[in-house]
Amino acid sequence: MAGHAPCSAPLPGSLADPAPICAGAVCRPCPIALRPAPPAPNMAAPSVSCGAAVPYRLFLAGRVSFAREQGLWKAAASGLQTGTRCQILRLKHSPAVTTKKNVAALRRESYTVDFIKKQIEEFNIGKRHLANMMGEDPETFTQEDVDRAITYLFPSGLFEKRARPIMKHPEEIFPKQRAVQWGEDGRPFHFLFYTGKQSYYSLMHEAYGKVLHAEERQDQLRAKGLFSEKSKSKDPIGSRWLIKEELEEMLVEKLSDQDYAQFIRLLERLSALPCDAAEEEFVGRFRRTVTVQSKKHLIEPLQYDEQGMAFSTGQGKRKTANAEAVVYGHGSGKIEINGVDYLLYFPVTQDREQLMFPFHFLDRLGKHDVTCTVSGGGRSSQAGAIRLAMSRALCSFITEDEVEWMRQAGLLTTDPRVRERKKPGQEGARRKFTWKKR
Amino acid sequence: IMLKGMTRLVSRVHKAKHGEQHVGQHYNISIQELKTVFPHGLPPRFVMQVKTFNEACLMVRKPALELLHYLKNTNFAHPAVRYVLYGEKGTGKTLSLCHIIHFCAKQDWLILHIPDAHLWVKNCRDLLQSTYNKQRFDQPLEASIWLKNFKTANERFLSQIKVQDKYVWNKRESTEKGSPLAEVVEQGIMRVRNATDAVGIVLKELKRQSSLGVFRLLVAVDGVNALWGRTTLKREDKSPITPEELALIYNLRKMVKNDWQGGAIVLTVSQTGSLFKPRKAYLPQELLGKEGFDTLDPFIPILVSNYNPKEFEGCIQYYLENNWLQHEKAHTEEGKKELLFLSNRNPGLLERLCAYL
Repeated sequence: MAGHAPCSAPLPGSLADPAPICAGAVCRPCPIALRPAPPAPNMAAPSVSCGAAVPYRLFLAGRVSFAREQGLWKAAASGLQTGTRCQILRLKHSPAVTTKKNVAALRRESYTVDFIKKQIEEFNIGKRHLANMMGEDPETFTQEDVDRAITYLFPSGLFEKRARPIMKHPEEIFPKQRAVQWGEDGRPFHFLFYTGKQSYYSLMHEAYGKVLHAEERQDQLRAKGLFSEKSKSKDPIGSRWLIKEELEEMLVEKLSDQDYAQFIRLLERLSALPCDAAEEEFVGRFRRTVTVQSKKHLIEPLQYDEQGMAFSTGQGKRKTANAEAVVYGHGSGKIEINGVDYLLYFPVTQDREQLMFPFHFLDRLGKHDVTCTVSGGGRSSQAGAIRLAMSRALCSFITEDEVEWMRQAGLLTTDPRVRERKKPGQEGARRKFTWKKR
Repeated sequence: IMLKGMTRLVSRVHKAKHGEQHVGQHYNISIQELKTVFPHGLPPRFVMQVKTFNEACLMVRKPALELLHYLKNTNFAHPAVRYVLYGEKGTGKTLSLCHIIHFCAKQDWLILHIPDAHLWVKNCRDLLQSTYNKQRFDQPLEASIWLKNFKTANERFLSQIKVQDKYVWNKRESTEKGSPLAEVVEQGIMRVRNATDAVGIVLKELKRQSSLGVFRLLVAVDGVNALWGRTTLKREDKSPITPEELALIYNLRKMVKNDWQGGAIVLTVSQTGSLFKPRKAYLPQELLGKEGFDTLDPFIPILVSNYNPKEFEGCIQYYLENNWLQHEKAHTEEGKKELLFLSNRNPGLLERLCAYL
């Protein structure tokens, strides 16, 4: 991947790289600004005169052909200038090592289609190698298997999940970039190019067109007397509008908050009108489902032992303590830990209060018997682990609402706090050495 | 102003008529009696509670009732029977013992109550070489304190019982044969150096004379497992002392042997003051060790367990009546359930918990 200097010869045939939106070379064509590759590079004529001698490495629009003819000047001779400000005399050599750090270039690193393709091939080959290493079938090696293999081969203790090693398809790693939006003659493809936010405005235009269309239809229906109140069936179903980041990602261009608000308002207006299938589908593209189900974990069914007593197991962890609890229905409130009564095992009241919490929350203080085993950790973490295990086991005995209340009370969540490691140069995890002025 | 009189929910029962149906109810001991019968021997928290509530109420519980039943039916011609109260920490062994003692005091027995044998095997500042026997050690402080309390508890007997031997204390003082026991006790209190020997004499005399049937003797020792364990005391050359080498312990061991008639021996084993015993040990075998167990061997063990639901209710009612539980939820069912869970019906724990409410 070569960074390119955003230099452009002031020469007439130059393919000046416009500063703002699209960096020159591209990896993927923008969905809206998709343009077919223009036929032959030799469309426009007087290209050759422009300093072909200077070996610029201009990576140009997403066309393989261009990539082949790197060093040469292209035919976009009619001088594309976004603003009228020509970049005059910005003849810059771009050797491999620049003395001045080119911040602008570093920001807009662009990837060639070639480069991306190469990455994809490498990724696929790597996936097959990985499958081979793990002893699995390369043909049926899914992304989940890849993730699992990577976590196995490169175990990382970092707390930040995004800092851990990953191996994903290049599409997910390299950011999406837009194709160059103008042709060889320098004319932009999209009619709204000069608005600056072409995809956004074209979307607004489309949506508004649909709104007008729907209103027209509504008027017609009303005129005919076949108008009926449309019931809103979309909102109650767990779905939500796209958020601004998602919309930006979809359009591959920056939006402002007001733009986003305007767009959502328009979509709401559209959805309020009687729509037909095409419009529903259009609106559906901008809704995402909110899965309530994902919050709930699976509820285990009750098991029954020999005497017919219902029981249920649960496991819990807290800070290196592991606990497993078996909760029996119809008990008398006895709790036995590792064969010892909980009164003897936890002489401290605080620990016993922790054990009491799930039952007290559900008002089932004297109704269940518990037998549990616990190992590891200290006094307090063992209490926390048992509490979690008991709550999870109790889930089988209670209604869904109560499970939801427990979840909101924090009884069903594993406490992620673990002991932070001590760093070199400091006395502890956070504490620094005493600072001495001299 | 506390509610007194008939409006009390918890009824007070006359102690002599304690029966099965009174389990869970409290009975009252007047403060006067408390001072006489229990100059020492009540657990410190109970003493604080007595001071707070201005009255002493003990709960009637099954182990105590059982013991009382046995005591009522003892045959004084047979050798003294040994009863051992054992149980987990905080279940009420000491208070049960106190119940028994009070009963026996009312019945006019002579009470020989050692409040905590563990106090005699640890934290002793001054150890003297015994005058009587060069091998053993004296503990003047502990002995004199005990003698004082013994005197308060059994005033009326001390003048009646006559010593049957002559004891020479030192060149100037001696006790003649036939003089009342009170003199021995006085001697021990005055001359602290001879206190331990005085204790030894008292024990010997009482043992001898109770077989004669003049009075009934109740030997009550709390924490009897101290007699056979280890001590934390050391000689000047830092070598540890075994309990036998302490004169007090030696004499007490003789007392606890069942080779005399005319009384009963009630003992408690407890982990709380014990030395070098694991926290979870509560069975007599574990706490007494092999030696102690063999010595005490034919004994009647009585388990003191946590409250049963009725007793628990009774206890809560008692606290509520004395306005001890100030928390608004303490009256409600849920509050009671919480307390039940947290203390798991352990009396000691319950008392500590309620102290915060």
